[in-house]
Amino acid sequence: MVPLSAYVAVSAILFATGLIGVLIRRNFIIVLMAVEIMLNAANINLVAFSHYLESMAGQIIALFVIAIAAGEAAVGLAIIIVVFRGKISTNVDEMNLLKW
Amino acid sequence: MFELLVVLIPLFPLTAVILNGLLGHRYSHEAAHKLAWGSVGLSFLCAIGVFADTVKSGGAAREVTVYQWIFGGDLTINLAFLIDPLTCIMLLVVTGVGFLIHVYSVGYMHGEEGFTRFFTYMNLFMVSMLLLVMGNNYAVLFIGWEGVGLCSYLLIGYYYDRVSAAKAATKAFVVNRIGDAGFLLAIFLVFVNFKTLDYTKVFAQVGSLAPETATAIALCLLIGAVGKSAQIPLYTWLPDAMEGPTPVSALIHAATMVTAGVYMIVRNHAIYDLSPVAMTTVAWVGGGTALFAATIGLVQTDIKRVLAYSTVSQLGYMFLGCGVGAYAAAVFHLMTHAFFKALLFLSAGSVIHALGGEQDIRKMGGLKSKIPWTHRLFLIGTLAIAGIFPLAGFWSKDEIMAHAFTHHHYALYAMAALGAFLTAFYMFRLTYLTFYGESRVDHHTAEHIHEAPPVMIGPLVVLAALSVVGGFPGVPPESGWFHHFLRPVAAAAGDTHEPSAGVVLTLMGVATVIALAGWGLAHYLYRARPGTADAWAARMPVAYGTLLNKYYVDEIYDALFVEPTKRLGVLLDWFDRTVIDGVVRTVGRLTETGSAVSTWFEKHVIYGVLNVIGYANHLAARSWRRLQSGMVHHYAAIIVAGLFILVHLLLLWWTGSSPIGIALR
Repeated sequence: MVPLSAYVAVSAILFATGLIGVLIRRNFIIVLMAVEIMLNAANINLVAFSHYLESMAGQIIALFVIAIAAGEAAVGLAIIIVVFRGKISTNVDEMNLLKW
Repeated sequence: MFELLVVLIPLFPLTAVILNGLLGHRYSHEAAHKLAWGSVGLSFLCAIGVFADTVKSGGAAREVTVYQWIFGGDLTINLAFLIDPLTCIMLLVVTGVGFLIHVYSVGYMHGEEGFTRFFTYMNLFMVSMLLLVMGNNYAVLFIGWEGVGLCSYLLIGYYYDRVSAAKAATKAFVVNRIGDAGFLLAIFLVFVNFKTLDYTKVFAQVGSLAPETATAIALCLLIGAVGKSAQIPLYTWLPDAMEGPTPVSALIHAATMVTAGVYMIVRNHAIYDLSPVAMTTVAWVGGGTALFAATIGLVQTDIKRVLAYSTVSQLGYMFLGCGVGAYAAAVFHLMTHAFFKALLFLSAGSVIHALGGEQDIRKMGGLKSKIPWTHRLFLIGTLAIAGIFPLAGFWSKDEIMAHAFTHHHYALYAMAALGAFLTAFYMFRLTYLTFYGESRVDHHTAEHIHEAPPVMIGPLVVLAALSVVGGFPGVPPESGWFHHFLRPVAAAAGDTHEPSAGVVLTLMGVATVIALAGWGLAHYLYRARPGTADAWAARMPVAYGTLLNKYYVDEIYDALFVEPTKRLGVLLDWFDRTVIDGVVRTVGRLTETGSAVSTWFEKHVIYGVLNVIGYANHLAARSWRRLQSGMVHHYAAIIVAGLFILVHLLLLWWTGSSPIGIALR
């Protein structure tokens, strides 16, 4: 019987990994993958608490999150392709037109 | 069957108008003219059928409704036809003479520019004229009335590239407008008083009409009739209308359209019978015109213009007949006049055709041997119109004059008798100058003189036969077959006057003597002693000049009406340009100035305020806007930082301490 704290710890580590990835990596694709990691960290948390609290709500929300993650990945990749066509680059730092 | 025949009568020419008008340019002239005269011929056959049916039914008036046209409130107008003896006579005259003239036109118009257009207009005229005589109410009559006016305009201006033709067409149209205005007023008065426009309903309750109202309606109708039938004072357009092709003059300006006024008065005689004032006016207008136009005809030198004044004069006789209550006689004269005047015009057309377009009788003469058929036919027409026994004109004209005499209108009788003398004189003068004596045709034209083709002579022969025998249906005067047939519609109320046979025969004798006297004088002046006429003219320069210039009526009308109207137009033009345009321009300039002021205010004041506000914002935001770096990482970091701060604040609030050791208390 794995205690809840273990799930929460794994979830926290994954979330921190994803967060750091989003903040420090420059490649748009990597940033997207980091975002996926963060979402999955949240999923682990949800499923763990669902089991612990014996409520199905958490698992349902996890399913929603997976669906949203898929949609987000599709839109994100599409944006990457469009930007790549114009800039021949996936470097996030070069995408700074929308500013003051 | 009867209904079908009635509806077909106007439908045949209408079909021809649509086909020739829309598709005529696609097929040959031959197809176009066959369609044109063929359709009128079929109408004529239908008219004969309708006529025979009406005779069989003893002259009963029958109505055929095609459809309800306008309805609303008190007003209901049907497109409906009234077939009674009067309509039957008019139908036969219009379609019969119309058919002959259409056939003649095929030869006369051969090779003319706009051949198909000519026949389209002619057929459209037939449709309008048939509506005019067949309608059972004033509205349909008015449509036909305007339609024939339009066709008259179009056909007078047929040679539209000739200025004189265009002017004559406009003149005819404008003068007719004056008459039409009166006619419209009459229709309005009828509607106001009877709440209906149907003849039968109106005439059924005509007895309830106040005499003053009857007079007003009758006089307004008379204005319309005077315009259409070219009577004093609106006759000036008809002589000018001779600018149109000769078949047009024969059909529209002699045989049919100009008699519409007579038809209208006879049709409305129930109203006229109520108003002695209107009757007297009609009689004097007619008598005056008969004499007046005949005097002008004495000295004219254009073959068609002589005939035009003769037409005006003969229409005057018809009006005179209406005015003295001889409605049947007026219609009788209308019919015989259609025969012999169409014959005269078409023969004149044949002369003009032979001479290559020459219309001046001073350049004719001696044509008798060159174009013998035309000469014979023209002579028959002349004898008929002059009133030589026993041709058509003798019976009808004599009857009108006799009626005037036996009903004690002696002054009118005297005018008519003098007019008859002048008629005989000018018609024989025309014949002598054209066909007899020395040839005054110029050498070049003389070589090309030729008799008209059979297609032109054929209709003339038929018309000549009708001019000879056309008077017999009206024999004996006032009680012939014609009068019995017309009695249901054209008998003046309460006229039981029966003149004695002796008086009638005496008047006939007088009329014959008058006609022969006119003939004799013409023979003396133009045949026996050529040159005498010129000597007489030279001895009376004032009288001759006055007649030659048509009593200067055109000039007087010009000075009294046309010129002032033109000057008023110039004045109004000036007023429009200076006053009205001035006001408009001033308003425009004011608006322009106002907008300039407004523009300056906006540019300098409002923009200034806005710019100050904008610049203030700009200054205030300068140091902060760098926050929007456009870098995704920066935004993500700020979000994370914010998240941390929020979580800390939450924990601080819930527990009183925070993981990084900040204590609230």
